[in-house]
Amino acid sequence: MSLHTLTIQQLREKLRQGEVSAREATQAMLDRINAVDGKIKAYLWLNPEDALSQADTIDRSGIAKDGKPLGGIPIAIKDVINVEGQPCTCASKILNGYVSVYDAFVIKRLRESGALLLGRTNMDEFAMGSSTENSSWDVTRNPWDFDRIPGGSSGGSAAAVAADEAIAALGSDTGGSIRQPAAVCGCVGLKPTYGRVSRYGLVAFASSLDQIGPLTKTAADAALMLGVLAGHDASDSTSVPQPVPDYTAPLDRGIKGLRVGLPKEYFIEGMDREVETAVRSAIQQLQSLGAEVVEISLPHTDYAVAVYYLIATAEASANLARFDGVRYGLRVAGKDPIEMYGKTRGTGFGPEVKRRIILGTYALSAGYYDAYYLRAQKVRTLIRRDFEKAFVKCDVIVTPTSPTAAFKFGEKTEDPLQMYLSDIFTISLNLAGNCGVSIPCGFTSNPKLPIGLQVLGKPFGEEIILRVAHAYEQATDWRKQRPNL
Amino acid sequence: MEYEAVIGLEVHVQLKTASKMFCGCATEFGAPPNTQVCPVCLGYPGVLPVMNEEAVRKTILTGLMIDSEISRFSKWDRKNYFYPDMPKNYQISQYDLPLCRGGAVEIKVEGGRTKKIGIIRAHLEEDVAKNSHFETTSGVDFNRAGVPLMEVVSAPHINSPDEAFAYLTALKEILISGVVSDCDMEKGQLRCDSNVSVRPVGQKAFGEKVEIKNMNTISGVRRALAYEIDRQIAALTRNEKIQQETRRWDDGTGKTFVMRTKEYAHDYRYFPEPDLMPVVMTDAMVGEIRKRLPELPETKRRRFVKQYGLPEYDAGLLVADGALAAYYEKAAAGVKNPKAISNWVMTVLLGNVSAAKKTIAECPISPEQLGELVSLVDGGQISGKMAKDVFAEMFATGKGAAVIVKEKGLAQISDAGAVEAFVDLAIAANPKSVSDFKAGNPAALNFLKGQVMKHSKGKANPQLVGEILTRKLQGS
Repeated sequence: MSLHTLTIQQLREKLRQGEVSAREATQAMLDRINAVDGKIKAYLWLNPEDALSQADTIDRSGIAKDGKPLGGIPIAIKDVINVEGQPCTCASKILNGYVSVYDAFVIKRLRESGALLLGRTNMDEFAMGSSTENSSWDVTRNPWDFDRIPGGSSGGSAAAVAADEAIAALGSDTGGSIRQPAAVCGCVGLKPTYGRVSRYGLVAFASSLDQIGPLTKTAADAALMLGVLAGHDASDSTSVPQPVPDYTAPLDRGIKGLRVGLPKEYFIEGMDREVETAVRSAIQQLQSLGAEVVEISLPHTDYAVAVYYLIATAEASANLARFDGVRYGLRVAGKDPIEMYGKTRGTGFGPEVKRRIILGTYALSAGYYDAYYLRAQKVRTLIRRDFEKAFVKCDVIVTPTSPTAAFKFGEKTEDPLQMYLSDIFTISLNLAGNCGVSIPCGFTSNPKLPIGLQVLGKPFGEEIILRVAHAYEQATDWRKQRPNL
Repeated sequence: MEYEAVIGLEVHVQLKTASKMFCGCATEFGAPPNTQVCPVCLGYPGVLPVMNEEAVRKTILTGLMIDSEISRFSKWDRKNYFYPDMPKNYQISQYDLPLCRGGAVEIKVEGGRTKKIGIIRAHLEEDVAKNSHFETTSGVDFNRAGVPLMEVVSAPHINSPDEAFAYLTALKEILISGVVSDCDMEKGQLRCDSNVSVRPVGQKAFGEKVEIKNMNTISGVRRALAYEIDRQIAALTRNEKIQQETRRWDDGTGKTFVMRTKEYAHDYRYFPEPDLMPVVMTDAMVGEIRKRLPELPETKRRRFVKQYGLPEYDAGLLVADGALAAYYEKAAAGVKNPKAISNWVMTVLLGNVSAAKKTIAECPISPEQLGELVSLVDGGQISGKMAKDVFAEMFATGKGAAVIVKEKGLAQISDAGAVEAFVDLAIAANPKSVSDFKAGNPAALNFLKGQVMKHSKGKANPQLVGEILTRKLQGS
């Protein structure tokens, strides 16, 4: 078995036994990347020498053999998370040449746990998009079909994991940006509860919605990663001082008697037939594992996309104001500061980012604030209450992750609204702040494309959704099917 | 037509905290440019703010000092606008839920009456960087970016430049007394913008208001307002309309100039700061801060008048500077004549201190030593004239008064017998002056006094000399 195909747990075992060194594991990843990334283009930046030197340090220190949870595991990082000394462009021309001056909180955690930072993965510019087509640099291809998108915005991370170019990866999820690409690439993607993982060092898109999370090959790996990433951070005031449980230990406890909620608003006309079939048979599978299915209602689901595109863009309009050419990144000179701002931002930002900045600026403007931003915040509260009420009746909620499998390049670029609707099943969760995970639950027939099952949990209910994901994964063999590269 | 001015002041105060509002950088003034900065206060990608709790406490302490209502629930908002001095191109500030609401500052107005200037709100925000413009380039110093900045907004209760001056002085004294800020305007620790309009006396509605910026001293505020009020009245007299606009005060020419008109007013697009939690204040937390309440300047002034028997003027001058008031109280402790201490402080001590370019805290004469000097004069051990020399010696060497008097043999001769002997010597040696005095020439008495002092080498108690000399001349 080639090293690059292993899960974190499998590679961890080999490293711990001394069967392989971190250098060998890293070299295997570099070889794999060399072989396939020319086609897939998951990575924006990779420094083989640096990766190997990190591996040597780990080998010398014996970290790979001690109890550290990720000792010697090569991990890919979405280009939106700061790693000191590495570029962090957010796939935007405006941050061309910018090199991070500090480590994000999650990067410190990864380093402390013995992980090795392999390289930086492609994404939609500033995490705005669902197909990674909004990257200013490269087109990342779905490993299952090179004519199709890898999802987004964490498309590079999902494609890297699905194509065995990384053992695991970090992504960020503002409206589905971890779960949707995980679904369409056929891997596991976890969005933790808002406040569970520190955002310090994650370049902000929408501060009240953003969360960092893992993309992995198995639910167990996601549990392992979350254990490393989660925890209170004094430098993020929105991080919650909630104790971090052991997410891996209870994975095998099964789901007998667990109440699985099916929101009637999510099984709608127009959903891809094969997606619906796959999700329905996954639900049957959960039932046969002992879960009890209940119908629930999330009545404000219809408003989620509108609410999301007001709140997220309003926050983004302020968050992205700092990219002005004064202190770092791109600067296009002008005769005065105002002209410099205009030229720098006009040149540096791509069309989708500009569209959202303008939308958000408009929503916050005098005379419109009450009708748009404030109204959206009120409906957001209703959406959160929907989940609170639903979780009285059930322990987890199960839905499709995305209404369709991976679509073709260019299919939705002409119509931003169509693109926005590909997040229809994922964005409510960010508005509510709860946690969710996407796992593979089947394939379309022709072409063969992965389908994702989404399991949603209560705030800080990661332990339960991971248990459901793991139980389902153990009962099926979807994840053993790999793209033919 | 008679006009009256309506003035409201917005005062920005840099709080005296060790670190910045949302990061751990130092706040000390005067460091080389861009040496007190970090990714957070430079607005680097991915950073997050963490609230400085001491800055919140200092703002609430201010609220308690000016009688504000302390918000039990307050929050942060983003104020959006682009400018090179703004690291994030938004400022974290407070929009609709400030930490403090309402309150008042009492000022003295003409005729010794007092007037309460209402306070609308006091809120907390982060300071911006400082821009400098050179011949062909501009520079930004981010040391100032993120320094805790409190904004105190007055109601439009101020009706003259003198009242504005009095309000700013009173507010400054209050803030200094609470150790909220040093309020050094030269260092930009206290800055003031003003809204001013005029209206015919008796009219209820406000006139069109004009905002004035860039007034860098309290007396500059007074001059700018005086100019602006005259300008507005003159314009109205010419039947012109006052435009709602922002004007810039130019201290050099003593005039205000248009900066921007209403059409170019900013839309700041305030919205709640998602990176920070709301500030929740419990009664217990406010109670803890209440313990830090100082004696307010006005209370202290009244106490000084009563406790030390000082004139209002002396009390006002001493209390205006917290360190000076503390010095005075130490020096006056146990002294029979506290007014004499005040005289010494105001006429001699302050002059010497400022000539030596020192602060009162660095004064080489301790308050206890000054008390001792005044007691020596009071007890007749040395004369007032001697005391001046002793003071100079004390200031130069830091030695105590009694030590210097002893070393220099300066002790005053107050023994009646000894003084009488000197008087006898002077009378015997100057028969012409004696007869002049008896012929009715009072000037002769002064000459004879001088002679007695000369015989005693200046040490005879002058009061005793006068008494004995007069008695002898009149009696013989």
